[in-house]
Formats: sequence, C-alpha cells, structure tokens
Amino acid sequence: MAMKRIGVFICHCGRNIAGTVDVKRVAEEIGKREDVVLSTTYVFMCSQPGQKLIEDSVKKYNLDGVVVANCSPTLHEKTMRNAAARAGLNPYRVEIANIREWAAWPHEDNPEAATRKAIRIINATIEKLKANASLEPIEVPVIRRALVIGGGVAGMQAALDIADSGIETILVEKEPTIGGNMFRLSETFPTLDCPQCILTPKMNDVAGHPNIKLYTYSEVDDVEGFMGNFKVKIKKKATFVDWNKCTGCGECLRVCPAHADSEFDLKMAKRTSIYIANEQAVPLKALIDENSCIRLQFEKKVKEGKIKPKKNVKICSKCADVCEPNAIHFQNNEEIVEEEVGAIIVATGYEVMPAEAFPELGGKYPDVITSLQFERLLAPSGPTAGIPRRPSDGKVPESIAFVHCVGSRDPQNGVPYCSRICCMYTIKQAMLVKHAMHDAAVYDFYIDIRSNGKGYEEFYHRAKEEYGVNFIRGKVSKVYRVGDKYRVQGVDTLTGRIVEVDVDMVVLATAAKGSSTVKEIAKKLRIPYDEWGWLKETHLKLKPLETPVGGVYIAGAAQFIKDITDSVSQGSGAAAKVMALLSKPELEKEPLLAKVDPEICAGCGRCKDQCAYDAITIDPVRHVSVVNEALCEGCGACSANCPTTAIQVVNFKKGQVIRAVDVLAEVF
Amino acid sequence: MGKKVMFYPGCTLKGVAKNLEDSTVESARVLGYDFIELPGWTCCGAVYGLAQDSVKFTIANVRNLIKAQNYGKEIGDNRLIAVCSMCYNNLRRAHIDVMKNKDKLKTLDLFMDEEANYEGNINVLHYLQFLKNDVGFDNIKKMVKKPLKGLKVAPYYGCLLLRPEEISIDDREDPHILEDLLQLLGAEVVDYPLKNECCGSYHTVDKKEIVGERTYKLVSVAKDMGADVIATSCPLCFFNLDKRQEIAKKKHSEFEHMPIVYFTQLMAIAFGLTSQDVLHFDKHYISPEEVLKKWL
Ligand SMILES: Cc1cc2nc3c(=O)[nH]c(=O)nc-3n(C[C@H](O)[C@H](O)[C@H](O)COP(=O)(O)OP(=O)(O)OC[C@H]3O[C@@H](n4cnc5c(N)ncnc54)[C@H](O)[C@@H]3O)c2cc1C
Ligand code: SF4
Ligand code: SF4
Repeated sequence: MAMKRIGVFICHCGRNIAGTVDVKRVAEEIGKREDVVLSTTYVFMCSQPGQKLIEDSVKKYNLDGVVVANCSPTLHEKTMRNAAARAGLNPYRVEIANIREWAAWPHEDNPEAATRKAIRIINATIEKLKANASLEPIEVPVIRRALVIGGGVAGMQAALDIADSGIETILVEKEPTIGGNMFRLSETFPTLDCPQCILTPKMNDVAGHPNIKLYTYSEVDDVEGFMGNFKVKIKKKATFVDWNKCTGCGECLRVCPAHADSEFDLKMAKRTSIYIANEQAVPLKALIDENSCIRLQFEKKVKEGKIKPKKNVKICSKCADVCEPNAIHFQNNEEIVEEEVGAIIVATGYEVMPAEAFPELGGKYPDVITSLQFERLLAPSGPTAGIPRRPSDGKVPESIAFVHCVGSRDPQNGVPYCSRICCMYTIKQAMLVKHAMHDAAVYDFYIDIRSNGKGYEEFYHRAKEEYGVNFIRGKVSKVYRVGDKYRVQGVDTLTGRIVEVDVDMVVLATAAKGSSTVKEIAKKLRIPYDEWGWLKETHLKLKPLETPVGGVYIAGAAQFIKDITDSVSQGSGAAAKVMALLSKPELEKEPLLAKVDPEICAGCGRCKDQCAYDAITIDPVRHVSVVNEALCEGCGACSANCPTTAIQVVNFKKGQVIRAVDVLAEVF
Repeated sequence: MGKKVMFYPGCTLKGVAKNLEDSTVESARVLGYDFIELPGWTCCGAVYGLAQDSVKFTIANVRNLIKAQNYGKEIGDNRLIAVCSMCYNNLRRAHIDVMKNKDKLKTLDLFMDEEANYEGNINVLHYLQFLKNDVGFDNIKKMVKKPLKGLKVAPYYGCLLLRPEEISIDDREDPHILEDLLQLLGAEVVDYPLKNECCGSYHTVDKKEIVGERTYKLVSVAKDMGADVIATSCPLCFFNLDKRQEIAKKKHSEFEHMPIVYFTQLMAIAFGLTSQDVLHFDKHYISPEEVLKKWL
C-alpha cells in the first residue's frame, strides 16, 4: 500500500547544510507534493528535541512514512528509525535523504545548485520510501561460546575477560606455546618490566581457567556459519608426542642428537629436534620437529622408497628411550576437531621484516640483525643470558649501531607507514645495552623520535641524559663489513655532515607487518585486510574492533602494530563486544535481505555464484534458489545478476530503485 | 662475419675511452657479433640530457632512436647496444620517457619534420644486459681462453646503470650482474660494498678536491677488501677513479694506487685479445700492466 501521509524533516545541521542549501525553500517545494502532509525544517534533527519532533509529528499527523533529509544514513538512520518506532511507526517506513554529503558539502560554492539537488534527492527518496514494506527484525539463535585466534597478549586478555564472564572460550594458537611476541621481549618500555614475569601469570591463568579450552600448535582450518552460529574446524598439528602423558620434564631434550634453529629465539640459538618452545612454555610439552628428527626423516625416506632399511639397524629413538611416562610415540597425530561458537576474535599479531630484505644495510651479514632478534640477546632468559653476543663469533660487542625506520616510512623498500613502536623499543634496547655494558659505544640513528605515549618522552630523555646513548639524527645509507667490523655510513642532518662509524654489531628496527598467516585466516572468515597484512576495521575511529562480518572482531597488533598497553586494551575491548553479543539468547538482525519469488525463479544459480556470504543454495527438489536469512547481508549482488528479477532485496526492489533513479535523472 | 647488431659508441669512446670501444667491439666479435656503429649518431646529451624534464633535452636521444629505427629495419634487428653507462642511461630514459608521455613524443615528432616518427620499438640495452640475456653467460664461458685466475676484482657500477630504478640493469641496491660475468672470466670477485656509491661525477671539473676524496675512499675500501683492480663500464667513473688518484695521493700520503679497468678489457684479455690495439693501456693514468701481466 503506497504511503499517502508522509512527513519530511529537513535538518540544518547547524550551518553545515543550511549554510549552503536554502532549507526553507526545500521545505516549501517538498510541501507541495500531494503525498506529503508535513514538510518542515529543524536545526539539529539528531538532537533530543529533533527526535521529539518526529515522534510528535507521527502522532499528530498520523504519518505513514517519514523522510529525514540530513547527513549520511551510516550516522543517524538508526536514531531516526528509533524515534519513529517510539511513536508507533514501523521503523522501515523511515528513510534518510543525504543532503549534507551529497548536496551541501560538494556544492558549497554554488548554493542554488545545492538547493535544487537537495530537492531532487528528497523527491527520489520519497519515491523509494513509498514502496517500502513494514518489516520486523529477524531473530537468530546464539551459541554462547567464543573463539579467539592467536594467543599473544591481546588474544589472551580477550580470552580471559570473556571466560571470566562465564562464557566458554576456545583459544587457538599456532605455536606450541602461548605468549606471542611479548614473551620474546627483554624488558618492556617505558616501565622496564620483565615481560616474562608479568606475562606468565596470565599464561597460567589461561591454561588453568575452567572456561578456557586451549589448543596450542593448532590452526583454524575452516569456518562456516554466521554471527551467533559459527562452525569451526581446528587442525591440531602433529607433535609425535602424547601430550596427555608428557610431563614436560625435559629429559628427552638432553639426549636428542639432532638440531635446528629455534623458532622462539628467531634463529639466535639452536634447539634440539624434540623440543619445548621455551622453559616457561604454556603448556610445557615436548614436540618433535619432523624436518630435523633423524628417525622421522628416515621413516619418511623409507616410505617414499628412497632408501631400503637394512635389517636390525637401530634408528635413533633416544628421546623415547629416556621418556619415563612413555609419551613419545613417533606417530603422526595430526587431528581435526570441530567446535561451535557464536563469536570470533582474531588476534594474530604482527611480524617484522627480515634483515635479509635490506642487503644495503648489511642484512646479509650475520651480525646485522633485527631488533626482535636482538630482544632475545638482551633477554635474561635468552640464549646469551642477557649479555648480547655476536652471532658470528660469540664476541661481546664493544660498539653497537641501531638504525630506526628500516623499511618503515619507505614505500620503495618497505612500507609507507611509521611502524610506531620501533623508536621506543630502540631507545629501550640502547638503554639496556648501556646498562649491561657501561663502556659500550652506542649509536642510535633516527629520522625523528616518535615517543607519543604515557611516560614515553620521559623515557627517551632518560636514555639521553642518564645513559649517554649517542643519538644521531639522520639516515643510514649503507652498512658493510671491513675486516672484523661493520662500517655504518650515514648522515648527521643536524650538522649536515657525513658520519661513518665502525661497530661490532648493527641492529635494524625493521618494519612491522601483519602476520604472514593473515591472508589465509582472513579469507576463511571473509574479513578484509590490506596489502601489508593488517586486518581492516569497520571504521578506524568509531569501530576499530569490528569487521564487516557480524560476530567477527579484531584485537591487538593484528589490526595495526601497537604497543602492549594498546594491545591489551583492544583485547579487553573486543571481549566486551563479544560478551554483549553473546549476552542475548537470540540475535536481532536487520530484515533488509534478499528474498526469492519461487514463482519466477528458474533455479539457474547465478545468484549463488555471486554471493560472497554463501547464503544461497538451490533447492534440489523445487529447483529454486533459497536464501539463508542468517547468512545474507543484503548486499544485492544476487539481485543485480538475476536474469528474471526473481531474487530481490527487501525495500530495495528493482521498481523502487528505478523510480528513485528516474527522479534523480530528470533534467533540471 | 658475425651477426650485425647496432652499437652506439658515444663521444668519449671515440677519444679518451678508445680502450672501452675497442675492447667492447672486439670482445663482441669473439662472441659472434658484428657491432655496427649506428650511422649518423649524435650526442646523447651527456649530463644535460635528462637533467630537466624538458622536451628540448630529449630531442638528441629521440633522434638517435629514430636513426636506430631506420637502420634497424635495414638489418632486421631492433637492439641498440651502448656500453658507456651515461649513453645507456640517457638513451634508455629517453625511450621510456616518450613512451610514457605520448604528448611529448608528438611534440618532438612535429618538431623534427625531416625525420620519420619514433615508433617506440628500439630496445636499448647495456652491453652487460646483452651479454647476459642475449649472448648467454654459458656461451661467454666457452670463449674464455685465459681464465683470470687469481685476479681480484672489485666490481664498480656507479650510479648510471642502476638509477633511476626504471632503467636499472639489476637490483638497484645489490646488483650482481657484473660479478657474475667476472666470475665466468675466472676472476675472483671481492665483496665491494661501495659498488654503487657516487664517484663524484662532474664535480671533477670544478671541485676536483671532492672527487679526490671520493676516489680516496672508493679505492681504499677496494684495497681493504683485497682487490687488485676496480672494474667499471663508465668512462666518467673511470676517469675519476683513475686520474683523481693523483689528488688522493697528494692529500693522503699513505694512499696506495690501484689500476682501474673497463670490464670489457678484462673480457678481451680472458678471450686472448691482448694486443694494445685493443687494450690501449696508454689511456690509463695508473697502468694496469703490472697487475695484469700474468695474462697478457
Ligand atoms: C623489537 C620489539 C620490541 C618491543 N618492545 C616492546 C616494549 O618494550 N613495550 C611494549 O609495550 N611493546 C613492545 N613491543 C610490541 C609488542 O611486541 C606488541 O605490542 C605485542 O606483542 C602485541 O601483542 P599481540 O597479541 O597483538 O600480537 P603478538 O604478540 O604478535 O601475538 C600474536 C599471536 O598470534 C599467533 N598467531 C598468528 N597467526 C595465527 C594463526 N593464523 N592462528 C593461530 N595463531 C596465530 C602468533 O603465533 C602469536 O602468538 C615490541 C615489539 C618489537 C618488534
Ligand atoms: S621426556 Fe617425555 S615427559 Fe619429559 S618432556 Fe620429553 S616427552 Fe615430555
Ligand atoms: S616508530 Fe620510530 S623508528 Fe619506527 S617507523 Fe616510526 S619513526 Fe621510524
């Protein structure tokens, strides 16, 4: 039933709209329409009196439709719909005509054109509105469980907060231990806390929490479903050890003859082939690295027919021989488990660019390493017990150069953005070196120091004044080896001179990027990411934790590189979002979804191919397309591709849209 | 008779860099190519060529490209080889510039009413690229008669083969095409981190002292790395690193001289072409004779 008693409310938005658009004239023009019974203006429609005006008018004039001409519907569509609903009008009978972003702002220099355009936009919106149906929100049941992907500090915080609220939480971490990058750090700026000391309590809380189910050395294999109802497949990678039996005693590590680079120490140390990620790993369990284990490699080659085993040859089983609880079985115990959850948080963190990516800065030499690697050398629990030693010869360096912005702020060689934390951690590292070795010469090459956090600038001044770190403002152009030393060639832009220093070691603060696993995981969840691997939030300012996929949130460095304070805050923030979502037994969903007219549908399946949300199936019996309302996002890709117009988005029907376009396209 | 390929010598090769020209042409001959001097070639514009983004400065090179277009059709080959780094840089940049800015090309075509229009299909190559991709390093190896075993060479690219990036013949920060070639010739290549540093360029005209300092550093580090010679393809680098050792020595008494050679001379020697008609050691300020005598 087309509407006949429409109310139109034109907002001044202060001077934002009224400064350009002649709102009085617009109201008069629109008021001439037969189907409009009220056409009026108000200074701020979004204010409380503005909303009250709608409420009162709906009642007074018995309005059957409302158009509010103001700003973008992303801002106040909900506000206006709620106001009308309070007065008893179905909220889907309210439409927004955006005359601010579309008319006032772009035509500031031409008020006459802006005014005419505003009138036209409102007329088009009225045409669309008139065919709107009254709708009720759809209700979807909710599974009261959550999944957190990534067990760094952000993911752990999120999992703990959700679990504390009584909701069962699943935490999936791809490494054998939780803790993430923070667990690798030496000390943390600006307080110089010991990260292991402040993180192990959290890690143990996670492991012992009755509401947390922890899957380490596991990855998300597949995700199906929708907000409130996700089905997740989790792959538990092969450990070759029975973790129910392993006590973490470490006897096996003492006898294993095979070695490989330690992942946890970022190649700064070796580990045995059967290993425990680190001494404080949670869970403290051993696993075998297939690629370096003598036995597993042998078995693989036999299987592939590359070698024929001689009889009675004893192949290494040293670890199994010493394992008291008989935990080591050498069997590939990879396994897929399924979990059902209502909400998901992605907290997959960051990685840093490798030193090798910067050969001109010496990245090809062994003693030129990344800052993250250097954290391991500074960590008291690290391979050099906190006194840095050169990877090449184990010598304690007497001089070290730090280089900021390696690959950061450098679109040609790396990334265009500032990696945000490197100034602070480089200052910290320079300080720690000075603390451990008073006489060491420390050179810190920076472009500018970015110390914008609580206590950060003070921290920088301490490094300069108390520790005597030699800060040089300027870029390094080259690092090369001369004899036993590394020559750092740069410029001091404060004196305008070329600087050359010969040092024992060089530490590169390489740019941070999103986790290299992010693309895979983002594709499974259908959430967007950028070219540097950062997950994209819905709105940088106002929805930094949300993604366009309902029920999927992001937290911590996965969104963009940040420090621990911010990562933890985001972890808690995302947890709050999940708790709010899961606090209701059922979820309300906008009913603006695709609907199929089975009378017309030919079952060709074109809509199904177009749907990015897998919301469409073809009914094999009736041979018509069927929309899963819970999955459908109402994007309209299906209807644009339907050759018969059988599938259409409610309140965005073809006739409706065309009528609106017709009005917009009329010649002035 | 070898296969005919167009060769752009440039002015320097006709005078002070005769050693570069003859070692290039003769080494190519060994590999089965007849380097034909581009008929009627003119100046590449040298340092002024592309210093400014102006139509005027591109004319000379586009004219050269048009000549190559004409002659290339005659011999059925669109490759134009340059060995002087400056010539290569200017010709290649001019080609890319006019291909990107079709308006500019139109203006140029209108201006040069006597010539044909430039059709844009001349493939400007540096001799090193030609050796690697067209001749093939394997075929070069076959021609080595006197491997330069024991000769320690510092490869020096300077800037013109690597910048701007769009004309770079290899990775602009860490190139190795020259190293690869020198190794094929049997030489021992030293790690020469300053291989793409500035030689001081045209400051050699009015600020000789600066270039003296650059030379001091570039040669000393090569020496530190254990090099016997520095190999280059650029006549300007060659001149600066060779002749300006005089100033370096005056200022730094501990400075030790080192001969500078063109990589083409080393290739010629490895191919057994040791005549002074090819090598022209008289063009060197620091003679390489002593260092190379084992292979001469
Ligand atoms: C050299 C250096 C020094 C630093 N020093 C400080 C400091 O002193 N103070 C400070 O405040 N900050 C510091 N930081 C920053 C700090 O490391 C980060 O703020 C913090 O680690 C971010 O935590 P996160 O949980 O978001 O990410 P991460 O710590 O990166 O954790 C992400 C976790 O997710 C896991 N993961 C990734 N992909 C998947 C997947 N597909 N499936 C399952 N799990 C996955 C990872 O294995 C990891 O455990 C430093 C950073 C660097 C590089
Ligand atoms: S010896 Fe056995 S129980 Fe001990 S850490 Fe190794 S696998 Fe675990
Ligand atoms: S934080 Fe500092 S070092 Fe890191 S990119 Fe930004 S400015 Fe450079």
